[in-house]
Amino acid sequence: MRSPLIPEMATQEVQLNETLAHLKSESESLKSKLEEERAKLHDVELHQVAEKVEGLGQFVMKTRRTLKGHGNKVLCMDWCKDKRRIVSSSQDGKVIVWDAFTTNKEHAVTMPCTWVMACAYAPSGCAVACGGLDNKCSVYPLSLDKNENLAAKKKSVAMHTNYLSACSFTNSDMQILTSSGDGTCALWDVESGQLLQSFHGHAADVLCLDLAPSETGNTFVSGGCDKKANVWDMRSGQCIQSFETHESDINSVRYYPSGDAFASGSDDATCRLYDLRADREVAIYSKESIIFGVSSVDFSLSGRLLFGGYNDYTINVWDVLKGTRVSILFGHENRVSTLRVSPDGTAFSTGSWDHTLRIWA
Amino acid sequence: MQDPKSGVKSQPQRLVITAIPHAVTGEDIVNWLSERLLARSVGSMLAALGYIYPLQQHKRLVIRADASLYRFQTPYFWPTQQWPVEDTDYAIYLAKRNIRKKGILELHEQEQYNHLHKWMNHKWDFIVMQAKEQYRAAKERKKPDRVVFECQERAYWVVHRPPPGTVSAMDFGLERRADPNANQVQESVSTCSLIPLSRNFSRCSLFSVVSLVKYSSTYQSHDPFLSRPLPSNPWHTDDATYWTLNSHNVETPTKQRVERWTFSFAELLSDPRGRDDFRLFLKKEFSGENLAFWESCEDLKWGTAATMKEKAEQIYKTFLARGAPRWINIDGKTMEITIKSLKHPHRYVLDAAQTHIYMLMKKDSYGRYLKSPVFKETQKKAIAPEEHKFTDSQLEQNARTRRPSLSPIVLRQLEAERRAKMAAAAPVDITQVMSKLSRKPQ
Repeated sequence: MRSPLIPEMATQEVQLNETLAHLKSESESLKSKLEEERAKLHDVELHQVAEKVEGLGQFVMKTRRTLKGHGNKVLCMDWCKDKRRIVSSSQDGKVIVWDAFTTNKEHAVTMPCTWVMACAYAPSGCAVACGGLDNKCSVYPLSLDKNENLAAKKKSVAMHTNYLSACSFTNSDMQILTSSGDGTCALWDVESGQLLQSFHGHAADVLCLDLAPSETGNTFVSGGCDKKANVWDMRSGQCIQSFETHESDINSVRYYPSGDAFASGSDDATCRLYDLRADREVAIYSKESIIFGVSSVDFSLSGRLLFGGYNDYTINVWDVLKGTRVSILFGHENRVSTLRVSPDGTAFSTGSWDHTLRIWA
Repeated sequence: MQDPKSGVKSQPQRLVITAIPHAVTGEDIVNWLSERLLARSVGSMLAALGYIYPLQQHKRLVIRADASLYRFQTPYFWPTQQWPVEDTDYAIYLAKRNIRKKGILELHEQEQYNHLHKWMNHKWDFIVMQAKEQYRAAKERKKPDRVVFECQERAYWVVHRPPPGTVSAMDFGLERRADPNANQVQESVSTCSLIPLSRNFSRCSLFSVVSLVKYSSTYQSHDPFLSRPLPSNPWHTDDATYWTLNSHNVETPTKQRVERWTFSFAELLSDPRGRDDFRLFLKKEFSGENLAFWESCEDLKWGTAATMKEKAEQIYKTFLARGAPRWINIDGKTMEITIKSLKHPHRYVLDAAQTHIYMLMKKDSYGRYLKSPVFKETQKKAIAPEEHKFTDSQLEQNARTRRPSLSPIVLRQLEAERRAKMAAAAPVDITQVMSKLSRKPQ
């Protein structure tokens, strides 16, 4: 029961609500107009264009390595550019650098916070970045001295007002792009910790981001709990494209290798492909029997295969062009939380809540 | 699934003398599921969430396709009932087990019991009373029913209080802030601003979708998941030759690698070995400054903020100023804009000039490079490794002798040393020397 203290406040409040309601209905009608216009263009679905493409054969993909060493859920991982080293982070705050080929652990850091949801390998291979519930992203230069405490040289780079959900180095060790539960993404200078650019536009937690491949440079895509995937211009901070066709939180976004499209994986159990020049969704990867959300997606080197890690402990492999599933992989004993293809495409790695990482090829 | 006619075949479980009805083997579950749905994934989820529980290895909630026995959980204990899983109930359950088995609880259960005893001390009389009541009531049941109920209850608690070292399907991760179903007025206001007003609807949607297909087919033979990499995929054969042959600054690249340089200018530039080859070609054409300028711009864009101004000035002096030692040829307008914005340098100040030079190299130099003797020479010398044909014992040997590689830290040190050596051996740039001399105090 509200009793307004001053009558004018009451009428102001009513007016404000009316204006907001009016704006809302206007935005809804603009949205549907947009959809109408998009539909008028003779749009084709990807699988129609790909009808004449040769089908894929049988696949034999299996676990080639199992990396054991984390004491708790593995939340994130990233490959080093040398194609064999990886960094992984877990719920208990541990960040481990492995040589996945030999399965040796090379470095380990204990973060002062739990739920380290983001980690990234620097392009030079000489540092790693990670963050999570501490709302920060920290960069740790790696050292050959086994006795050195890596935490001593740590650099605190990013500061958000909520948890860090994802981070990525740009083309050098000097800049980091981060996304956060506070709804923003930001670009930081590593050396000084200075904020170079911030990106506002998501209406809820931003869960993932991916940088566009080199030539097309200067843009990145982010996905959030507002079901939107936004493409941003790194120079101006503006959102240049936005896609909203998912029915639930977008957990993962990844560019198609040419940079002209990107895929997204969501809690609505589907993966979708969005073409940037056509400015719309061109494919959906889903099956009635798949009811658990997708946590992580990545493309094979040619972009023909899309690998998706799911919350029902499996990995589904999709034919990107034809829209069909070509394989389903088992092995993990709990949710697959992260999935990345290696830089030369020879394998992909998955991290899971069952405390292990697996390399598949 | 439990239908006696069309469901999974059930049999009585023999427990010493008594026979407990309605147990099913893991194999039968998997067979039944695979006839209708995708057996393994559905089966594992059903077990993990506690709808089906194992009788023998009760701590691991997985379905094994063998003769181990399982039973369907009673709906009372289904997670969908959404009873809040109270610590009080767990305490009662542990107390009951304590009475029944006369103090034989598992180690982790004992720890939990002690912990709950401390925290729920005020309720302890109630808990013990409840436990005794339930124990008494259970004793009045027939043995098969009692055993079944004990198994059901035990399975329920394995799901909701997982033993240490196992993982739980009940975990759902961190809370996320926003509820997408909430009626957020804020959201609609920001949506309005996101719809750019002058949207240029791409009428080339067919064209761009076709280009996705083209890209995939071009790279198909280079995708290790679709065509076998030569000599072999290191993850398959435990032989790292593939990586050594394709390392950054290898003298002779492979034929596959050289082929990729012909796919696009971006491919050529992004491969350091390709870029080196291109640089060699440009040197012969005396247009090396274009590539050098482009590389300096990249260095500026992605470099550290502290040295940015200095870098921008250096680039201006070297490439853009009148009489600059490595003057680049860009059109008048771009030059004007660039020089103007250099008064207030920021990391993207050279974007326009960089794009111009990039397009120049892409449309002009790149094409000539592909027809040049430099490239043809590289193509000719490129190696095509034979496919590895390892026997099983050789593969085992490979697995045993996996060697670590040089750390990227070491590689970076070596690279820095190499550059220092090259710089020391390079011819002196006379203009640099003159300008330095002119700045010295007289």
